[in-house]
Amino acid sequence: MNMKNIKSLLAISCFALASVVMHGNVMAQQANDPKFNKMMKDGFKADGIAGLDRIQQDETQKFCSDPVFANSKQGTKMREKIQKMNMDSIKQPSDGKYIGDWKKGEAIAQSGRGATWTDKADTVIGGGCYNCHQIDPKEISYGNIGPSLTGYGKMRGYSQEVVTYTWNRINNSKAYNACSNMPRFAHFKLLNEQQIQDVMALLLDPASPVNK
Amino acid sequence: MQRKFTLGLASGMAAALLMVSSSVSAQNSATDDIAKYREMIADGNPSELYEAAGEELWKKPAGPKNATLEKCDLGLGPGVVKGAAAQLPRYFKDTNKVQDLESRLMTCMQKLQGRDPQEMIDAPFQKGPKKDMEAIVAYVVTLSKGDKIKVSTAHPKEKEMYELGKRAFFFQGGPMDFSCASCHGEDGKRIRLQDLPNITTQKGAALGWGYWPAYRVSSGQFWTMQQRLNDCYRQQRFPFPIYASDLTIAVSMYMAKNANGGTVETPGLKR
Repeated sequence: MNMKNIKSLLAISCFALASVVMHGNVMAQQANDPKFNKMMKDGFKADGIAGLDRIQQDETQKFCSDPVFANSKQGTKMREKIQKMNMDSIKQPSDGKYIGDWKKGEAIAQSGRGATWTDKADTVIGGGCYNCHQIDPKEISYGNIGPSLTGYGKMRGYSQEVVTYTWNRINNSKAYNACSNMPRFAHFKLLNEQQIQDVMALLLDPASPVNK
Repeated sequence: MQRKFTLGLASGMAAALLMVSSSVSAQNSATDDIAKYREMIADGNPSELYEAAGEELWKKPAGPKNATLEKCDLGLGPGVVKGAAAQLPRYFKDTNKVQDLESRLMTCMQKLQGRDPQEMIDAPFQKGPKKDMEAIVAYVVTLSKGDKIKVSTAHPKEKEMYELGKRAFFFQGGPMDFSCASCHGEDGKRIRLQDLPNITTQKGAALGWGYWPAYRVSSGQFWTMQQRLNDCYRQQRFPFPIYASDLTIAVSMYMAKNANGGTVETPGLKR
């Protein structure tokens, strides 16, 4: 590239930059910041099962780390794209069974263990559901980051539509809300298919205390 | 001995209170009982034992240079401890860095006493050199108790650290997609029965920043802010945050600056 080309390129980029500045309200996803990246890279070390790959963000995480943009009008397209991507990754149950054993589901919902650097690779990961949701009304120690799920099936009914929606939501909540606070249980293999069937039963088995 | 007995009695009573309340009704009363429990043992915060040990370590010659920490400059001049913790993190000219209390103490230990900061960084919490650090931190923060939190972002490096910390606060990662904001970004939220301060607000930040370092009843340990942050990242399912790294200082800066105007209640007393 000769000098003249470089100059005109510079002029064009200056112009582009100026127009962005002038339309100060044009919003974009936050720019890549080498200083920030270096701080993150130098700030962590791998420990046990918690490797440095955990701070390599995927597209969903990157998008949701900038809540101002993610919640803006300008972010709508990207939000929809991310939801679709997550929706497309959901697999329906291989054995066609959606509802497992609610008692096992309750145990999974109670456990908030697993996947930290003090855990082993074979530590069973819990669903941690009570951390954020009210579920069985007898359990008073519940969090409120997510909505109450008490009476889940009784209120919504047990139609295939409700069942599929619930399956999808537990498998990958980001399919419906790109920046939902809920972990993507199937995507990151936090729960396996059978465990998800059991949690499904806790919500959607008419015999579950949730629906009494 | 007497204190131990009182503590034991208090925990027993609190446990009884908790059991009674859970059978009667729910939520709010259980949280109230935790507050009552705190009140009951408030005049016997075991942090006092750490403070006393810390004061001794401050004044005792140690390290290869066999010197004390009494000339340590925590930002208000050499040897001034009173009120210093309320204004940290801050920019220090001699290191050309923004430092929190623990990274600054490491600088003092290195410069005055000739101690190797890497040994401190590598030591596990509650063990070896970290044990000394924890006691000294307890001593220093007690001398800011009741002061207003007053952290500056006037220096460009302080401002930059705040912005980096803000970005880190919202940074999602790990197998659960969590960031600090997943739990500390909204008012009125709880994990199980644990109230979560909204650190993006002044009130919430003051509730978080203002009460740590603290004595943790559940573990029977005094936790510095670095240890508190470390355990947050553990539960976020992140890799291990390196002790006193810029990352931890940046997040501290974000919390502390947001908390400005709140009161230093350290050492706190936590469940």
